[in-house]
Amino acid sequence: MWKWLHPYAKTEEAYKLSQTLLPWFGISALIALVAGFAWGLLFAPADYQQGDSFRIIYIHVPSALMSMGAYSAMAIAAFIGLVWQIRPAFMTMIAIAPVGAVVTFVALFTGAAWGKPMWGTWWVWDARLTSELILLFLYLGVIALYKSFDDKQQAGKAAGVMAIVGVVNLPIIHFSVEWWNTLHQGATISKFAKPSIATEMLWPLLISLFGMAMYIGYVTLLRLQNEIIRREAHRPWVIALMREDKE
Amino acid sequence: MTHPLISLFQRDLALAYKQRAELLQPIMFFLLVITLFPLGIGPGPETLQKVGPGVIWVAALLSSLLGMDRLFREDFQDGSLEQLMLSGASLSWVVLVKVAAHWLSTTLPLLILSPILALFLNLTEAMYVSLIATLLLGTPILSLIGAIAVALTVGLQRGGVLLSLLLLPIFIPLLIFATSAVDAAALSLPYNGQLGIIAALFLLALALSPAATAFALRVSQN
Repeated sequence: MWKWLHPYAKTEEAYKLSQTLLPWFGISALIALVAGFAWGLLFAPADYQQGDSFRIIYIHVPSALMSMGAYSAMAIAAFIGLVWQIRPAFMTMIAIAPVGAVVTFVALFTGAAWGKPMWGTWWVWDARLTSELILLFLYLGVIALYKSFDDKQQAGKAAGVMAIVGVVNLPIIHFSVEWWNTLHQGATISKFAKPSIATEMLWPLLISLFGMAMYIGYVTLLRLQNEIIRREAHRPWVIALMREDKE
Repeated sequence: MTHPLISLFQRDLALAYKQRAELLQPIMFFLLVITLFPLGIGPGPETLQKVGPGVIWVAALLSSLLGMDRLFREDFQDGSLEQLMLSGASLSWVVLVKVAAHWLSTTLPLLILSPILALFLNLTEAMYVSLIATLLLGTPILSLIGAIAVALTVGLQRGGVLLSLLLLPIFIPLLIFATSAVDAAALSLPYNGQLGIIAALFLLALALSPAATAFALRVSQN
C-alpha cells in the first residue's frame, strides 16, 4: 500500500511531483478565489443586520478554518517525517509553517476589522479569538525552533516534535479557553452565535474556502520546491535542472 | 546494590543540593515578581485578593521556566547525558527520574514559600488550600511538558528565550483551570471539576511526556 508513496522519499521525485501538481493547485486557486470573492463581494445579498460589512466573511472564515487546517497538515507532515524518516516530509512541514502563520494572522486581522464596526471594539478576549491567537504563537514557536538550528536535518525533527506537541495541546487549549470565557463572561458568546447562513451566501463562502485551501497548497508547493533546491543545491539533478532553466 | 534509577535520583538530588545557591535564584525571582504586583496595581486588599491567584500562577510559570534549563543542560554539556543514553536503561525512565528530582529540588521550595504569598496577596484560607492543591497537581505538569522543550533546545547555544516561546502557549490551559479553581474556592463553590481536569492533564503528561522527551533527546544528541 505504501509502495506508491515510497519514491517520494527522494527529494528529486518529490520535486517532480510538486512540479506536476503546481499548475493544478494554481489554476483551481485562481478560478475559485476570483469566482468566490467576486460572487461574495459583489453579487451575494447584503446581510439584513450587518449590511455590506459582513462581506469580509468571505476572507475571514476561509482563513480562520484554513489556519487550523494548515496546522493539522503541518503536524501530519511532521508525523510522517518522524515515523518513516522521510526527508521531504520535514521540508513540507517547514514549507507550510509560515504560510499557516500568515493565514492565522489574516484571520485575526480580518476578525479585528470586522469586530470594530460590529461590536465596537478591535479585540475582545473571546474564546475563538484567544485560541486563534494561541495558534499563531504555536506556529511562531515551530518556526523559531526550526530557525535556531544550523543543521536543518535536526531542525526538521525538533520542529516536528514541537508541531506534534502543539497538535495534542490544540484541542485542550481550545476547550479550556472556551470554558474560561463562558465562566467569566457568558454574554459575549451570544454575539458570536451565527444565524444559519442563507444558501446564496453559503455558496460563495464554500468556493472561497476551496480557493483558499488550493492557494495554501500552491504556496506550500512553491516553498517546498525552493526548500528542496536550496538544500540539495550540490546534487547533480538540481544542477542539471538549473542549467536547463537557463537555456 | 541500589537500583541504577534510584542512584540516578540520588545523584541528581545531591547535585541540586551542591548548587543550592543557584536554585534559590528562581525562588527569589518568584517572590520579587509577586512583590511587584501590589506596587504596580495598588495595595487595595480586595484588588489583590481578586488578582492574587492569577498573579501567583503566572509568577510560578515564569520562575519554573527560569529553572527549567537545568534539567538537561549540564548533563548534556559534560557528556553524562550521552552516557545515560548509552547505558541501556530505558531513556523514558531516566527522563522521568530526572524530572522528579528536578521538581523536588526546584518547584517544591516554591510551594513551601506559598503561605507567605497568600499573606502578601490577602488570600482567604479556602483560596489558599485550593491554590496549594492546584500547585501540587499542576507544577509537575510544567516540569513534564517543559522537559520536552528543554530536550529539544538543549543543544542550542541560547535556548532560554526560545524555551519560553515554545512553552508558554502550551501552559495556557493549566493556567486557566488552576486560577478558575481558586476563583471557585473564593466563592466557596466546589472546585473538584477543575482539580479533576488538572489531574487528567497530569496523567496525560505523565504518560506521553517521558517518551516524547526521550525522542527529543535523541534528536538533540543526533
